[in-house]
Amino acid sequence: MSDQLLKVRDLKIGATVYPPGEKPHDIQIVHGVSFDLAPGKVLGLIGESGAGKSTIGLSAMAYGRGGVEITGGEVWVNGRDILQESVKGLRALRGTEVTYVSQSAAASFNPAKKIMDQVTEASVSQGKFSRADAEAKAVELFAKLGLPDPENIGSRYPHQVSGGQLQRCMTALALCPEPDLVVFDEPTTALDVTTQIDVLMAIKEAIRDTGVAALYITHDLAVVAQVSDDIMVLKMGEMVEYGSVDQIINAPQEDYTKALVSVRSIDHEEKTPTDNPMLKVENITARYKGTNFDVLNDVNVELHPGQTLAIVGESGSGKSTLARVITGLLPPRDGRIEFSDRTLSPDLAGRTRDDLRELQMIYQMADVAMNPRQTVGTIIGRPLEFYFGLRGEEKRKRIKELLDEIEMGDGFIDRYPAELSGGQKQRVCIARALAAQPKLIICDEVTSALDPLVADGILKLLLDLQKVENVAYLFITHDLATVRAIADSIAVMYQGRVVRYGSKSEVLSPPFDDYTDLLLSSVPEMKLGWLEEVIANRKMESAGN
Amino acid sequence: MMRLPLAAMIGIFFTSLYFLMAIFAPLLAPYPMTEIVGGVWEPMSAKHWLGTDNIGRDLLSRMIYGGRTTIFIATVATIVSFTTGSILGFTAAVIGGWVDQAMSRFVDLVMSIPTLIFALVVLSVMPVTIPMLIMVMGFLDSTRVYRLARAVAVDINVMDFVEAAKLRGEGRIWIIFREILPNALSPLVAEMGLRFIFMVLFVSTLSFLGLGVQPPQADWGGIVKENKDGIVYGIGAALWPAVAIATLAISVNLVADWVLNRTTSLKGGRG
Repeated sequence: MSDQLLKVRDLKIGATVYPPGEKPHDIQIVHGVSFDLAPGKVLGLIGESGAGKSTIGLSAMAYGRGGVEITGGEVWVNGRDILQESVKGLRALRGTEVTYVSQSAAASFNPAKKIMDQVTEASVSQGKFSRADAEAKAVELFAKLGLPDPENIGSRYPHQVSGGQLQRCMTALALCPEPDLVVFDEPTTALDVTTQIDVLMAIKEAIRDTGVAALYITHDLAVVAQVSDDIMVLKMGEMVEYGSVDQIINAPQEDYTKALVSVRSIDHEEKTPTDNPMLKVENITARYKGTNFDVLNDVNVELHPGQTLAIVGESGSGKSTLARVITGLLPPRDGRIEFSDRTLSPDLAGRTRDDLRELQMIYQMADVAMNPRQTVGTIIGRPLEFYFGLRGEEKRKRIKELLDEIEMGDGFIDRYPAELSGGQKQRVCIARALAAQPKLIICDEVTSALDPLVADGILKLLLDLQKVENVAYLFITHDLATVRAIADSIAVMYQGRVVRYGSKSEVLSPPFDDYTDLLLSSVPEMKLGWLEEVIANRKMESAGN
Repeated sequence: MMRLPLAAMIGIFFTSLYFLMAIFAPLLAPYPMTEIVGGVWEPMSAKHWLGTDNIGRDLLSRMIYGGRTTIFIATVATIVSFTTGSILGFTAAVIGGWVDQAMSRFVDLVMSIPTLIFALVVLSVMPVTIPMLIMVMGFLDSTRVYRLARAVAVDINVMDFVEAAKLRGEGRIWIIFREILPNALSPLVAEMGLRFIFMVLFVSTLSFLGLGVQPPQADWGGIVKENKDGIVYGIGAALWPAVAIATLAISVNLVADWVLNRTTSLKGGRG
C-alpha cells in the first residue's frame, strides 16, 4: 500500500477526430503523463484549451468523454488500478470515492428535481449513508459553503438559486458522499468575476475542512495559485512543468510557464484626452421592447480619436446594450449620440453609409461572427467591395495587405472559418472591421473566449493597429486586467448606470466607491495569499452571490 | 474523391434511369403513346415487353411517356414550391414583425385545409391543364417549404454574422441570398427530395381520381386507374406503374440522404 491517494503512470489517451473533408482518424491527446497526489492535497492542472487537462481529470474516474478513450498507462486510486476495474467496480468508485464538479452548474443539475435530492442521490443510492444522514450531511455542507438558509435551501429547485450559489451546491454534491478525491473542472470560469472569488473561497475552505484531495483544473494561473498546493502545467497533452505553487509562480523554469505567468503584463502609456471628442454619448436611456425597466439609465461617456474607452462591469450591467445603442441596433428612449461632429440617427435604417462604415464592430464569439460558408477572402473583401467598390485584382491586393496587418499570411485567403484557430478567427474579424477604414471599432468582449496567451496576442495587435490606423476603440469587457492593459479612459457600469468614469489613472486610483472597489479587488492576482487578503478587506457583497 | 456508399449508388442509378427515360422518351418508346397496336391486355411478349393495356396500347411505351409526364410535373411543381416557399420564408424571417405574422397566419390558414380536398375543389372548378396542375400543386406544397425555410432562417438570422452584415448596411437581398441561403441549404436539399416524392404521389393520386393528367395523355397514376379493373382477372398491368412510383420514391430518398450527409460534412458545414 502506497501513501499516495492517486497515482497516474504514463497515461495515454486517444480520440477519434472527424476533420471536415477528410477521413476520420485517431489522434493521441495525452502523451504519457505521470503524477501523484497525496491524501488531502490539491493539485492544480493548468493549460490552454486542448492541453488535455479535463481529459486527464476525468481519467481519475476512469472516464473518457464521447469519442475519447484511455489507450495506455495506469491510474491507481487507493491502491487499485481503476483502468482494470469492471463496470460495477467503477460505479462504486464514481460519485462516491471520486467525485466531479463541472464548469456549468446550471447545465449539470436536473432542473426538474430539488437540490437536496440531487445532492444526496449518490450517497443514498450507493448505500453509503441513509437518507436522513445524507441530508444532515448536506445541510452541514451548505452551511460550510456559506449558502444562505442552509436548512431549507435544499428544498429549492436549481433555477431558484443564483449561479454562484448553484456552483456551491454542486460542490456540496461532490463532497456529500465524503469522497477521497474531487475533480474540479473550471468550477468558477463561468461565474462573474466578483462572484468567482466568493465561490473560490468557499471551495478552498471546504477542501481544507473536509481534508479531501482535489484536482483543480483551470486555464487561469492566478486562480489556481489561490487553492492548490502543487501545480502541473500542461501543453498539448504533455507535462511542461510540475512544482509547488510557490515555485511555479515565483520561479518558473520553462519558457511556456514564464509566458503564462507574465500574461496580462502589456505596458500601455495612457493618452491624454484631446479637445474634440469623436464620440459623445449623451444622456442615453434605453430599454428592450416589451420590458418595463431601463437597461441603460442616463449614460454619458466620451471617446477621443485614436484612444480607447473601456466599459467595465459584470454581466447584466448594460455594457453590451450600450454597444447596441451606439451601433443603432437598439434605438434609445432618450438621449443622443454624436459621432465625428454629427448627430447619429437613433436607428440603423436612418444612418448613412459613411456612418456605418466609420463605426465597426468586433464580436466575442468569432466563430459565429463569420459566415461559415464564406472564405476569409470573401469575408474581408466584402466591406472593400461594399464601401469602396474595389473589384478583382485591386481588391485581392488590399485583402493581402490586411492579412499582413493582422500578422497572417495571404495563404489564408481561400480558407474557411472552420479551418482557422480561435485566435486566427478573431484576427480575421479584426481585418474585416479594418477593411472599412473605420474611425471607431466597438470591441465586445473580444478576448474573453480566448486562451490567455492568444488573448494577449490579440490585445497587442489591437494596440499596434491603433498606432498605425489611429482608430478609436470602445472596449467592452468584464476583465479588469484587459482594461489595465489597453484603456486610456474607463467607465465602470453597474445596473445600467455609469458609476465611475474618467481617465484610467483616475478610475484606478483610490478612493474607490464600493462597487469599483469590489470589481477591482476581484481580479485574481498572481500572488500567494491574495484570496484571503481580498476577502478580509471587502466593502460590499457581490450581487450574484 | 469520396467513395459512394452502396445505398447512394442504387439511388443514383434508378433516379438517373428514370430521368433519362423521361428525357429521351420519344427515342426509347417502341410505339407511339396513344396508338392501339394490339389486343386488350395482351400478356408480356417479345413484341410488347410489358404487354398491352385496357384498350390495346403498348404498355411499355405508355409507361415511358407516362413517366415523362409524371416526372416533369413533379419536378416543375417542386421547383415552383421551393422557390416561392423558401424565398417567402426567408423574407418573413428577415423582416419579422407584422409581415412575418401576416404571412405565417395565411400559411397556417392554407395548411389547415386538407391538401387533397383543396386540390380537388380547385381542379373541379378550373380547367385541368398541366400548367394549372403544376400551379396548384406548387402553391399547396410551398406552404410546407415556407414553414421549414422560415424556421431555419429565424435561427440563422440571429447569428452575429448576419448582424454584422446588417451593421455593414447590406440590403435584404444580400442577407437572404448570401448570408442565410448558403447556410440553410442542407436541410432544404434534404427536404427537396422528400417533397419531390410527395409531388409524384400527389399527381398520381389526382390522376387516379380523374382530376390530374387527362387521357389520352399517359401518366403513372392514370395508367393504374385505366388498368385497375384487370387486377380482378389476374392481369398485372396496373402493377407496373405502381412499382415505378415506389422505386422512384425510394431511390430519390436515397439520393437526398446522401446529399444531406455530404453537405453537412462540407467545409464549414453547419451540422
